[in-house]
Amino acid sequence: MPASFVPSATDYLRFLPEIIMIAIGALIMLLEPLLGGNKKDSLSGLTVLGFIVALVAAIMANGMPGTSFSNMLIVDGFGTFFRVLVIGVGILTVLSSAQYLKREHAASAEYYALLLFSVTGQCVMATANELIMIFIGLEISSIATYILAGYLRDDKRNNEAALKYFLLGSFATAFLLYGIAWIYGTTGTTNLMDIRAYLLTPGVQRNMVLAGTAAALMFVGFAFKVSAAPFQVWAPDVYQGAPAPVTLFMSAGPKAAAFAVFLRVFMTAFEPITSRWEPFVWSSALLTMVIGNFAALSQTNIKRLLAYSSIAHAGYVMVAIASHSQIGVAAAMFYLAAYALMNVGAFAVITHFSRQGEKFLEVEDLAGLGWKQPVTAALFTIFLLSLIGVPLTGGFFGKFYIFKAALDANLIWLSVLGLLNSAVAAYYYLRIIVVMYMHEPGDSTVTLQPLGAGIAATLWATALGTLILGIYPSLILNFATSSSVLAK
Amino acid sequence: MTLLDVVIFLPLAAFLMILFFPKGSVEGIRRFSLIASTAIFIFSLGLIGPYWFNTPGRWTFVTDLPWISSPAIRYHVALDGISLWLVILSTLLTPICVLVSWRHIDKRVKEFFAFLLLLEFGLVGVFCALDFFLFYVFWEVALVPMYFLIGVWGHDRRIYSAVKFFLYTMAGSVLMLCAIIYLYTQAGNTFDYVRIVAGLQNGSIPLDSGPQLMLFLAFFVAFAIKVPLFPLHTWLPDAHVEAPTAGSVMLASVMLKMGTYGLLRFCVPMFPEAARRCSGWIITLAIIGIIYGALVAMVQPNMKKLVAYSSVSHLGFVVLGIFTFTQQGFDGAVYQMLNHGVSTGALFILVGFLYERNHSLEIASYGGVATPAPNLSIVFMITMLASIGLPMLNNFIGEYLVLQGAALVYFKWSVFAAIGVILSACYMLWLYQRVFFGRASDEVSRHMPDLNMREYAIIVPLIVLMVWMGTFTQSFIPPISASNAVLLGPIDAGRQVRNSTPPKGLRAQQNRAQQNKAGAKELSDAR
Repeated sequence: MPASFVPSATDYLRFLPEIIMIAIGALIMLLEPLLGGNKKDSLSGLTVLGFIVALVAAIMANGMPGTSFSNMLIVDGFGTFFRVLVIGVGILTVLSSAQYLKREHAASAEYYALLLFSVTGQCVMATANELIMIFIGLEISSIATYILAGYLRDDKRNNEAALKYFLLGSFATAFLLYGIAWIYGTTGTTNLMDIRAYLLTPGVQRNMVLAGTAAALMFVGFAFKVSAAPFQVWAPDVYQGAPAPVTLFMSAGPKAAAFAVFLRVFMTAFEPITSRWEPFVWSSALLTMVIGNFAALSQTNIKRLLAYSSIAHAGYVMVAIASHSQIGVAAAMFYLAAYALMNVGAFAVITHFSRQGEKFLEVEDLAGLGWKQPVTAALFTIFLLSLIGVPLTGGFFGKFYIFKAALDANLIWLSVLGLLNSAVAAYYYLRIIVVMYMHEPGDSTVTLQPLGAGIAATLWATALGTLILGIYPSLILNFATSSSVLAK
Repeated sequence: MTLLDVVIFLPLAAFLMILFFPKGSVEGIRRFSLIASTAIFIFSLGLIGPYWFNTPGRWTFVTDLPWISSPAIRYHVALDGISLWLVILSTLLTPICVLVSWRHIDKRVKEFFAFLLLLEFGLVGVFCALDFFLFYVFWEVALVPMYFLIGVWGHDRRIYSAVKFFLYTMAGSVLMLCAIIYLYTQAGNTFDYVRIVAGLQNGSIPLDSGPQLMLFLAFFVAFAIKVPLFPLHTWLPDAHVEAPTAGSVMLASVMLKMGTYGLLRFCVPMFPEAARRCSGWIITLAIIGIIYGALVAMVQPNMKKLVAYSSVSHLGFVVLGIFTFTQQGFDGAVYQMLNHGVSTGALFILVGFLYERNHSLEIASYGGVATPAPNLSIVFMITMLASIGLPMLNNFIGEYLVLQGAALVYFKWSVFAAIGVILSACYMLWLYQRVFFGRASDEVSRHMPDLNMREYAIIVPLIVLMVWMGTFTQSFIPPISASNAVLLGPIDAGRQVRNSTPPKGLRAQQNRAQQNKAGAKELSDAR
């Protein structure tokens, strides 16, 4: 690529959100020793501020679409959508964490800095146009998340979660890297558009096996990151062990970003060999939904239950990928936005409810919440109904668009089985509602403190978002549809 | 904005207003719910207007606005002669249920009445939605409050029943959702019922018999679970028995009609060929349901369970009527839906009265109630006789029309179905005998005051309606027949196509078809 080695100003502007977040993250680490013990609260404010500025920068960057740094990054509607999504998740995470960290006597700057770095990595993933950039973004995001998962270092469960996540995560990343090496060896490039162009060139048929193997290896890496079967085994343990606000973050942000690269790589670079990967994605989607939903049926720990539920939801998004069409991409984008909102909301309730040392995590502990804290319970019910997929919530339209895309792509059996799966899922979500409203309050609910301001803000914002997506989905869907045309 | 929109959205507005009431003002919440639901009922009576002097066969009170641009989802609601009465049935029973729950519900009052009004919103919407997507939304909206009504305010096994109820309906409705989405693409990106039906009839929407059968079955299973048709009925006795009285009434009187209404409005006119192919099987199941429901009702020791199984039996008649594909069968089915709504609703209410007095649903713990409470036993008797199908009372007309429709097509069907009528007399009379006759034990006579003013206010309108519907049938049937004739159009068209190559089993039907037409004419002349 003949390019000047000095990037233009536009290049930097397109990369501005990441620059801002890295700068603020570094600043926070510098500030920590300078601030006294009581002033550390202000760090969360600074983090939110950083995120908001980055959000504005990301939206402004959408006004100048194009590639930067010799085609390494691409700013388009798709990238902006996911940038905004992961930054939004970052803000909500900070809001729900402040109180938790104080409660656990673990408020410190590195938590916020790591969060900023992780989101930076995810933004890089969302806009990467090149396999090496994808890898770098993934590593920035993952390494920060590994540390966050083990953030309370004196807690056994945190240590277990972090170690498990790190070991299995590195293993999966190795697969991804190996796939990148194969594709480079086969095609001589790591740029997604060039890979696509190469695969479309007539007369390269003999290399299709190599390209297919490379795609399979990368599929393993991505499937691990999005917790799709059969690479989902880590998720329940890690989600259960990690601190509640970190689980909130992990189940939304990194997952959305991983799906963003999954979609971009398979819908641009590997689109010419769709017929080879489609059966694998098909089976993986079905397996993910079945494993997630059926395993969740018998869970009693609510974090673990939601972990399995989040596996099942990854399965629904895989259905959208299996339909490999433009509306499939739009449906996946919409679903991930709706999913992020309702899942963040649900985990925020758990963060609030679990209390110091995360004592109260059994489903039964929620008994009578509906009558002791009606507002919290009502908002939680909205999230649960949305996770079930009841109309007038975002989760319903998400499922609707995904299965519409699948039916349009003639995946009739996958749709029927997927929708029946969502009826199975209703059972375990309903169980939580049953406990909240139909059981008498126990000690765990009677001693509950009122909602803190940060968590209340998160809950209201996510509930409102869930309902808006459910009643007037065109707002998001039109943007998703217009930006689902990926640069090829 | 038409009157219909007002009737649809007033319950939602009332629901939202109740949420803002302070928790303590129990009496205020009760009064507000009563006033709001009565006002909605009065508004809904205005819907009869266009049907007063003539019988428009097509839509009235049409509102058709875009809601979501892509996919093209519209807020399209309208009324015809069938939905008219079902809407009024829903709005009539809501204030009655408010009155029924006046003292009966003494904890979490605010939430109870809020859910009751939300339920009304869903039910009214289901019966007027003409956009498939909108229909599905209302369908699910009605599900959630009922789940809470059973699960929070029900009896001992309420949680099991509520979850079972939700999951059964959900399993059916996801299949329906799948079919709706498939249909959307096939129909050229529209959810509009009117356009889809027209397209399917004039062939502009191509649909081979294979996909047609699959679509029919997907819709059919969703509706059959709701009806409930044997053998998908097992959720119903649980849900009815465990629900509070108001829940049982709304469930039996209105929610079950969502299923039969769906069969009538969607399944049969859209997929006439598939409906015809399956009709033998479906009618067999309906007749099994009629007889099985009646036999099981006979041996129930629990009054609510008895009434619940009698619903299975009665709803079998409705399904039988629909799948005869005759004018009489259709009219009878719709009329029977309304009759069942009134008389079974009243039965559940009366059982609720007994329960409030003696705190037992077991038949064995009653006996001789007629002595301390003569008026209660009189209204119970009228209701029971209506439910059996005594002439001059409402159920007789519906059952007669259904049996006539069945006899026109295949005489043996009506013979088997008539056995159900006889059995219904057995279990009802036996129930009445065991509860009301005999010597009153001290226990019973001490706890059995006669009806009070509130209870009169609840039950007298229903009794009046039973007599009215049984004698002045002509005030109800004309709009129903006119709309049914429209729904029957595609089926008759299908029949004429088939006439050219008559398969063996259908010969009898064709002969009857002529008489059937004559019969319909006779009926309209009579008017």
